[in-house]
Amino acid sequence: MRMTNEEYKKLYEGLAPPSPSYKNIPFAFLIGGGICALAQWIKNLWLGGGFAESDAASLTSSTMVFIGVALTALGLFGKIARVAGAGTLVPITGFANSVAAPAMEFKTEGVIMGTCVKMFSIAGPVLVFGISASVVYGLFLYFVG
Amino acid sequence: MRKNDVYYYENPVRVLSYSSCVGKKEGEGPLGGCFDVVASDDRFGQQTWEQAEKAMVQTSLRGALHKAGLDHGELGCVLGGDLLNQCVSTSYAVRDLKARFFGLYGACSTMAESLVLGGALISGGFEGKALCTASSHFCSAERQYRYPLEYGGQRAPTAQWTATASGSVLLTSEEKGKVAVTRGMAGRIYDPGVTDAANMGAAMAQAAYETLRSYFATTAEDPASYDLIVTGDLASIGRDLVLELAKDDGIDFDGRYTDCGLMLYDREAQDVHAGGSGCGCSAAVLCGHILPEMERGALKRVLFCGSGALLSPLTTSQGESIPGICHLVCLEAV
Repeated sequence: MRMTNEEYKKLYEGLAPPSPSYKNIPFAFLIGGGICALAQWIKNLWLGGGFAESDAASLTSSTMVFIGVALTALGLFGKIARVAGAGTLVPITGFANSVAAPAMEFKTEGVIMGTCVKMFSIAGPVLVFGISASVVYGLFLYFVG
Repeated sequence: MRKNDVYYYENPVRVLSYSSCVGKKEGEGPLGGCFDVVASDDRFGQQTWEQAEKAMVQTSLRGALHKAGLDHGELGCVLGGDLLNQCVSTSYAVRDLKARFFGLYGACSTMAESLVLGGALISGGFEGKALCTASSHFCSAERQYRYPLEYGGQRAPTAQWTATASGSVLLTSEEKGKVAVTRGMAGRIYDPGVTDAANMGAAMAQAAYETLRSYFATTAEDPASYDLIVTGDLASIGRDLVLELAKDDGIDFDGRYTDCGLMLYDREAQDVHAGGSGCGCSAAVLCGHILPEMERGALKRVLFCGSGALLSPLTTSQGESIPGICHLVCLEAV
């Protein structure tokens, strides 16, 4: 082999087809936007039911998580996500899926050693950074704000 | 006899029988009608994906034994492996056979590796019969190497699809059967520094090309000496890389070269991106397509090259590059 690793890299990168962004980006926009529009509609329903703004917001998040988990359990979420990409990943439905999918997958290893241990294997970093940021923000608000 | 890295099997090594068992998606592919058993359900009626893979391996092992009219007691040894940690699918499938067993790990090169070693054991007079096998299951591999099945995400265009497939070949020292294994070649590891686990074709292509180049140099043959040269499983990018590397060295495959990862699926319709992968892919293509074609007389001489990406999820997380390997056997119709 007379080719250096850099030359080889140039060769295989040249042969690799690019991600089809012309298709991925519009689908992510449309489906992600659709999920947000659906959430807005659900929020309006909760508001119409007489809930206060902050309660309606929490209820909407819970409803969207429920929908994400239900679609995961029915085996539909993955099919939608294959087309939508970041469109399903970014809203809270993506977070719901990232917890529900390993919870389902690893139930064959038992409730404790399977589902409970693996449940946050994908969402773990989101929780760690989310909770850490809340703590930092809370301390800042307490001492400075 | 060995010359450089090539083993010449001086005593007969024949293919007595072979069998394949694949999943539903593979059964819907272009070779769907060629396999002995196509599962209607990838769970194979089992509780877990690991048990499902074990059941699939058992089906192909028993299929090969049944076709040869042998029962377990007459079997010499089993050589084989799969993708799972500690090669459990194969070990558990072989558990009840009570045969001498070598568990092999060569990633997608496992089928070729088992044939190289099985051929050596038989030609060397150590075994009368050797059952060589390899398998992979999409669902058990995904949960070990990547994400849970229902996790929503998009794959890279360079990614390959792990085949749910198993193939078993029963080798014998008797002069029976229409296909002989005449040579084997042990691959050497090549690592061109690819760190992207979603581009295994690039990681393995150099090893595959170097094995082929070295084989042709040692045997003083060229691609024209063969009806088919097939790697498994480099898929589209790896295949193109092998062709590019060959072109640089002036080796002309002249349309005789392809890859098992491009044969098992309809890449566009079945959404498998660069193509198939997994130990079972080349094993099933060998047992479902190549060996039957050789028995039919459509192919006389075939180079079957198994290429493996010797990575683990841990080494990928640690930023290590992916070592590639490629073992080869020469199959000849007799």
